[in-house]
Amino acid sequence: MAQVSSIADEQTSTPLSSSKSITLKIARYNPEHDESSKFMEFSIPYEKWTTVLEAILEVKKHFDHSVAVRYSCRQATCGSCGMIINGKPRLACFTKISELNSDIVTVEPMNNFPIIRDLAVKFERLFDSHQKIKPYLIRDDSELEADAKEFLQSPQELEQYIQFANCIKCGLCNSACPTMATDSSFVGPQALAQAYRYVADSRDKGKDSRLKIIDDSHGIWRCHFAGSCSQVCPKGVDPAMGIQLLRGYLLGFRS
Amino acid sequence: MKVHYGTALAAVALVAVHILMRLTQGFAESLEFENVLANYKFIPYAAMLELILILLSIHGFNGLRVILLELKQGRTYEKAVSYGCLAAMIGLIAYGSRTIIMTNMGMV
Repeated sequence: MAQVSSIADEQTSTPLSSSKSITLKIARYNPEHDESSKFMEFSIPYEKWTTVLEAILEVKKHFDHSVAVRYSCRQATCGSCGMIINGKPRLACFTKISELNSDIVTVEPMNNFPIIRDLAVKFERLFDSHQKIKPYLIRDDSELEADAKEFLQSPQELEQYIQFANCIKCGLCNSACPTMATDSSFVGPQALAQAYRYVADSRDKGKDSRLKIIDDSHGIWRCHFAGSCSQVCPKGVDPAMGIQLLRGYLLGFRS
Repeated sequence: MKVHYGTALAAVALVAVHILMRLTQGFAESLEFENVLANYKFIPYAAMLELILILLSIHGFNGLRVILLELKQGRTYEKAVSYGCLAAMIGLIAYGSRTIIMTNMGMV
């Protein structure tokens, strides 16, 4: 464990010179060498606008460059920096330290994902499940053959699914899902929400094939409606509602 | 899973009738040996008991199967759980039906 009281006077991309500071506890774990994860603590100054990702990058820049973290856009668009922050799945770039109201900020890798190292996790299962539900418009005809170049929708038809199109595949919903923790074959709230996104799309004709895929022994019926997926989504998607609406299709209440 | 929901809804309705039948006479009186035997010998009521037995067995063992499948995964394990629950369900229905039929025919 490394305990450091202040950062060095080096130039950073986001200078942190505030008198306020927090203790950042980072879970360190390398599956190839370690038997269990350990926490390393760093004292990091922060401003009102400092995000958890910026604090982690401060650690990488000044204290320990070997901390493994995945990030890219820094604006909650790419969905790369999902992690457990103070016990809750969040995007590190979208979580300001000041809003956590805590002197200690603990960051851990997302639950229900195999750990590559430290805060970086494998996304294969999420992407496989996402791919499994055919996340694209299925049609018999083709816009290339028709005179019309686009499939028109009314605002009401768009409203049916538009919030589900905001999914950035960050995996926070799968990380929060209690069923994902016990059922390694469960398709997961992310893929189910995306299944609804395409089933509810008036342009799509692949409803039956998608419903057949999710009507599986480890499919939609394994959801216990804990609703934690919807609570943690940083983009305002409501996977729990999507799952309930999909069940409506399967039970014949919706068509 | 439609089977699970369907059996649950049907069982709720039939069990409600079953409990309400206790109220047509005094509750303690309805559970006396002769009265219970009389219930079994009344064919429509015995048929309803048989139906409740089947519905609850399907619902219960399917629920158990789902819980067990969620605890652990694997092709062999899942097959064992599914067939095990199916066998247990058939066994329970057979044993319960035997009781209903024997009582109905006055063999008890």
